[in-house]
Amino acid sequence: MSTNKITTQKVNFKVFRFNADEDYLPYYEDYSMDVTSEEVVLDILNRIKWDYDGSFSYRRSCRHGICGACAIKVNGRSTLACKESMTTMIEYFGNDLTIEPLSTKRAIKDMIIDKGDFWEKHAAVTPYLAADIDENPTCENLVSPHDAEELNDADLCIQCGACHYACPVVEINSDFFGPAAFAAAYRFEADVRDSDSQRLIDVNEEKQGVWDCVKCFECAEVCPKDINPIEKITKLHQMAFKKGVAKNNVATRHAVGFLHSIKKHGMLDEGGLVLYSEGAHIVKHIPVALQMFRKGKIVMPWNMPKSDNLDEIQKLIKSSSTVKF
Amino acid sequence: MKKLKYALFTGCTAKQSTPEQMMSTLAVARKLDIELIELTEASCCGASHLQDYDDFLSLVLNARNIAYAEKHGLTMVTICNTCQLNTAMTKHRLDRNPELKAKVNEKLAEVGLEYKGTSNIIHFLYAIIDDFGLDKIKKMVVRPLSEFNIAPFYGCHNIRPSELHDESHKQKENPYNPTSLDDLIIACGGMNVDYEEKNKCCGFHVELQAPHTAAVLTGTAIAGATDQNADMMVTPCPLCHLKLDTQTKSASEAIGREVSLPVLHMQQMVGLALGCSPAELGLKHHVTDVNFV
Repeated sequence: MSTNKITTQKVNFKVFRFNADEDYLPYYEDYSMDVTSEEVVLDILNRIKWDYDGSFSYRRSCRHGICGACAIKVNGRSTLACKESMTTMIEYFGNDLTIEPLSTKRAIKDMIIDKGDFWEKHAAVTPYLAADIDENPTCENLVSPHDAEELNDADLCIQCGACHYACPVVEINSDFFGPAAFAAAYRFEADVRDSDSQRLIDVNEEKQGVWDCVKCFECAEVCPKDINPIEKITKLHQMAFKKGVAKNNVATRHAVGFLHSIKKHGMLDEGGLVLYSEGAHIVKHIPVALQMFRKGKIVMPWNMPKSDNLDEIQKLIKSSSTVKF
Repeated sequence: MKKLKYALFTGCTAKQSTPEQMMSTLAVARKLDIELIELTEASCCGASHLQDYDDFLSLVLNARNIAYAEKHGLTMVTICNTCQLNTAMTKHRLDRNPELKAKVNEKLAEVGLEYKGTSNIIHFLYAIIDDFGLDKIKKMVVRPLSEFNIAPFYGCHNIRPSELHDESHKQKENPYNPTSLDDLIIACGGMNVDYEEKNKCCGFHVELQAPHTAAVLTGTAIAGATDQNADMMVTPCPLCHLKLDTQTKSASEAIGREVSLPVLHMQQMVGLALGCSPAELGLKHHVTDVNFV
């Protein structure tokens, strides 16, 4: 058995404090502590409350990474406090750490936020199994191991909100469902027993749906349960095409347009892709396109570069395509 | 040191909307005596969109690109963060899933190719830093950028998901506090600017379907760099570059504030420090003028 020596180092914490009932503005309190290599972030929250200020407020319950209550932000990074080791945090950010709630603008008291938006989005994707269940079953309703694997761990989500409040789109577009809701949608879409026909349509709607995902991978990076929400978002895109619910709009044409371009040139035809995606709406891109043209950034259709051995690419597209639009 | 030699996957923008990126890549390679064999057979990587439509086809096409690098027996170098992500992700999935690899190879066999998994895939930024070495760059600088505050803009697809990128890097890049580009700025004699948006998203991938979101992200990034007194931004990603360089009008409108900064490709910054001419680096191809040279 390996015996890791416990080490101690001094860490300066800048902690967000706010009481919506009393304070006009939030403020930050400084605490300096000796932190051991065995501690997790939740230990620090406990020590602030127990050793410094009993009014310091945060959500906690299971202490085992399963209830999802204690997610906060350390130096801007969403973190499940009971699971994240202080050693990792110090490795990431050094010895000056800022502790904040998941969303400062939704703060109620210190680390406690109003997670109403999160739950509203979660509820909007019908996060339960829709199936005709025999009320008097004579045997268990079993799912084969192979079918269960299709969930790709999406069922492990603990709704902590770490990804939701790390997502830059959630911050900008209040209609956007967000990565946690998409992971929940995928969990049931991928379930062979589910028969809901509206969910996949809803998560493919413009503004609220998966097509507004910016593909920044922030959600995958922060998820304490390694659920990889963006992988589920990608799968929801694919399902929409496979199940024929993908609408013909700028977002879907943008994805399909790549195929047309690659088939024709091997490489992407940038102008052709914008034209294919936007249709008549391409006019709105003309001012920028003219600026780019003047700077030698637009290649004319007759000069479009082509990949060598284009016939290989075309042959592979023919034999390897698995979807039709 | 043995001469460095790589298979270059140019990606599509280098041949179209960012010609300056291609020019500066070749100029820097010449200065550093790095040999780049261009993979002229390569197709588009799908830019993280084709996979939303047809995942398997996207794997086959990316595996084909890698197979050409393997034929040369060389590490593949990318010059676009999204090319890097898609290609490295393909490698990651095929190397870990023999069944999937076999399925892909069954298709590639139809055109006489095979994906083996023998070539590593790295972004040119890391080829310069990890393989060539910052110390050597520092010694070769003839025109230090010491008058300039330079804001690094890392681009999502070089730093996240970190688990994937750690596989191809010699030194880990911390996605919350990345340092490679900062180190390169310092090596070139510049002052690196720290600002909140340096590891954030530019919005490029939703420019058509969610223009407001995209414009806010771009505007916020330029504003963040401006507020920390940056004279310019620098990025290793041509897609971020397109956003930050050509979309300042919509970005300014979206955030209600006029923002505009010259934006260099990482290669152009290195090229300037190493004494390449503005013409060699294609500085005239920027929409936001590079006004300090």
